[in-house]
Amino acid sequence: MSVKKELLVRPIEHGTVIDHINAGQALNVIRIIGIAGSMGSVVSIAMNVASKEMGLKDIVKIEGRELDSKQLDKISLISPDATINIIRNYDVISKYNVELPEEIIGIVRCNNPDCITNSDEPVASSFTVTKKPVILRCKYCDHIISEEIAEQLI
Amino acid sequence: MKDFTREMIDEVLELAEKLEPFARGRPCRMLEDKLLALLFYEPSTRTRLSFDAAIKRLGGSSIDFGMVEASSVSKGETLADTIRVVSEYADAIVLRHPKEGAARMASDYSSVPVINAGDGGGHHPTQTLLDLYTIKRESKLEEIDIALVGDLRYGRTVHSFAYALSLYGVNIYLVSPPQLQMPQHIKSDLVHRGITIRETNSIEDVLEKIDVLYMTRIQKERFAEQSEYLAVAGSYRLGSEMLSNARENLIIMHPLPRVNEIDASVDATSHACYFKQSFYGVPTRMAVLVKLLEGKI
Repeated sequence: MSVKKELLVRPIEHGTVIDHINAGQALNVIRIIGIAGSMGSVVSIAMNVASKEMGLKDIVKIEGRELDSKQLDKISLISPDATINIIRNYDVISKYNVELPEEIIGIVRCNNPDCITNSDEPVASSFTVTKKPVILRCKYCDHIISEEIAEQLI
Repeated sequence: MKDFTREMIDEVLELAEKLEPFARGRPCRMLEDKLLALLFYEPSTRTRLSFDAAIKRLGGSSIDFGMVEASSVSKGETLADTIRVVSEYADAIVLRHPKEGAARMASDYSSVPVINAGDGGGHHPTQTLLDLYTIKRESKLEEIDIALVGDLRYGRTVHSFAYALSLYGVNIYLVSPPQLQMPQHIKSDLVHRGITIRETNSIEDVLEKIDVLYMTRIQKERFAEQSEYLAVAGSYRLGSEMLSNARENLIIMHPLPRVNEIDASVDATSHACYFKQSFYGVPTRMAVLVKLLEGKI
């Protein structure tokens, strides 16, 4: 018996496709890159899609916008294997893996309640990043976040 | 403090030694045109007074906002705004604040140097420097055996001190009740830096083997039950009768204030060093001010 294969989300003409997102993290990816419904782009999300390499994965497609790599690298905090495809006229014109930045500012909340960044001061959280395993060290209070980083997203 | 190199620390300690006669009262005009702002958001006796003494012994002067309740802080002004304003008044700012990382944030907003005089449970680098200076003056800094006693888990000042000591190749004994032991990641860091660490929960175990005994306060609020606190605090009380077999040149230090960790009978022994240690805060902080404000010796 043959299984009929269908595309879960249709191809896009222009825009950005974020593939190989860790299963269940698509909504966090959208939060991190600051995609809001009000900006008018069509955004498609597929969650828990079967993947040869990953078992299950999420995919996000943003139509009509080519996001820059600096904006997208932040995704690596929660999905280090994510790949980015920039699409023009239905063709992939560039494809790359996200890369963890050396510094993360204003995306993750410090988990130390006594940290100055968790107060009324006009200061954004700031972390230096070490890779493999991912460890964030608060620039202000020195506390370390190494697990459940998605839980600390602002 | 963890990022300080040995060269940086040695430079401050050597300068402190040169400045000690001035700390004791010899007239000095090294920083006579300099104004130091003392911003203390939390109570402090020694740190505040010794910074004030340090700038004045160097011929400079100080300003402060007195009690926090009487300042703009009580009207809800942010630390960032206060720092922006005060950095236009003074040549350097000394800051103590209850939030960790406050001094680092202040330095982002300040046009003049900010000295961290304690940020909550965070860092207190000038305390570490004065502790090292005390050992240098009253004992020696290299190849000694030192015991750190008391709350080694939450007291981050003691963590900074241990990191700084590791630059000098000392042997460290960690003496604390099981619930207040030094966190594993700090112990691993210290071992990685090539020093020997031994742990025990009894002061008596180490008293005959050490050159420096560094006592700290065990805080009541770390214990769920008052009875548990009393039992632990009682077992970390040092009396003069315990010192009969101690090394002759043992020095006993304490950042003060003490509650009952060191019995008053110890004060009269040749080992007691904690009041000298308090004094050494003045030349050490003078050295920091001279370094930051580029005073000429």
